[in-house]
Amino acid sequence: MRVAELELDLEAFEGPLDLLLTLVLKEEIDLAEIDVAGIVLAFIEEMLGRDRGEDGAGGCELGESDLEACGEFLVLVSALLELKARLLFDDEAAELAELEPEEAAEELARRLAAYRRTKEAAAWLASRLEQEQDRFFRLGPAPLRPPIERPVAPQDPAALVSALRVLATPPEAVSLAHMALRYPPLEQFVQRFRSLLAGRSRFDFENELSELSRVEQAVAFLALLELGRLGEVSINQAAPFAPIRVERRNKERSPAWKSARSA
Amino acid sequence: MEERPLRLITSSPLDALARTVEALLVVASAPLPLDDLVAAADDDLDRVEAALRLVGERHSEGRSGIVLEHVAGGYALRASREAARACSRLFERPVQRSLSQAALETLAIVAYLGPCTRPEITRIRGVAAEATVANLLERGLVAEAGRDDAPGGAIRYRVTPLFERVFGLASLAELPRLDDFDGDVETIRERLHAVADGRGA
Repeated sequence: MRVAELELDLEAFEGPLDLLLTLVLKEEIDLAEIDVAGIVLAFIEEMLGRDRGEDGAGGCELGESDLEACGEFLVLVSALLELKARLLFDDEAAELAELEPEEAAEELARRLAAYRRTKEAAAWLASRLEQEQDRFFRLGPAPLRPPIERPVAPQDPAALVSALRVLATPPEAVSLAHMALRYPPLEQFVQRFRSLLAGRSRFDFENELSELSRVEQAVAFLALLELGRLGEVSINQAAPFAPIRVERRNKERSPAWKSARSA
Repeated sequence: MEERPLRLITSSPLDALARTVEALLVVASAPLPLDDLVAAADDDLDRVEAALRLVGERHSEGRSGIVLEHVAGGYALRASREAARACSRLFERPVQRSLSQAALETLAIVAYLGPCTRPEITRIRGVAAEATVANLLERGLVAEAGRDDAPGGAIRYRVTPLFERVFGLASLAELPRLDDFDGDVETIRERLHAVADGRGA
């Protein structure tokens, strides 16, 4: 018997074993889909069939050629199994390799038990299906199923009217005033404070700004800080929120002072 | 010959509601949950339940060609079993009924452990589950049920109401307990430990 010619009839493949091997090696068939136990069964059936055929008594003695076939088959199948195991349990292989024989046996037993239960559950489903073969019912989507309206709480039409009225009122025009905000140039206030201090030695910041807008006041304050930075004025405030007193620094007069004064 | 209306239904205060329930069950081609029946009939829960009992009595095996059943979480009408042979002459064997061993095992895993992913099915069966799951999806016996929480989560599958209907289950709770299937697991364990002892020695 030639192992390569062993005829297989599996769920995912039908044909001789050597074709299956070729397809697996060429990756044209996914080994993970192949039931290796099915191959083993096919081989055993073939061997038994040959025994019966040869001596008609179903004897189990193997001839030399059969022994060779068995050896070849074992090598092939174990290689297939190893390949498949690596395919299916990629990252687990390493974990399992580290287990002690006792632990590995326990793990294997656990998995086999899970599979055994699945097989028995499948057998139960199969028998159930057999019992239910004579149940006939309409199948398919439910085109005729009436759309069920979920009832809502009772509503007052007047409430709807008033809600709609609110929606119907034109909304107030959105103010775009802030988009037109103009910032006066800082230099304007610098000049203004310089000319103020050209006439007197000090002034109260608040008094000078009382008629300005908030934006102008902010810019004026920045101008004051700028003058402070330039060392032209000293700024004092007795306490938080107390009036800010601005004083001219007298140590020397910059040309800017003179020009402000002449202006 | 005098024409007389056919009176199949004996008089009951719930007659009108029972007729409505019958009508609803006829137009629906999937089992109707009680809530849907109550909403569609626009009646009380208790009265609809009583009407269902009435319909059930009238449409039971031996009394009618149409039988009321509580299946897949709802109520539905099916053909009586005595009409099964006639029905089978009218219809081909529904595709849902011819399932391979692989499909049955996969269904068992999804029914008991679902929602579960293909890798989980593969781990238990030792065979890639792609083709089988695709097949069961096509037959409408399993459906997608979200994704696994793990990163790159695989699609999870659950069994559908059609599964319950095909297998005649009022709900999944009617499946026998998985723990009751233990076969000869102890024997497997003993044999494996014997082999392990041999290797460890």
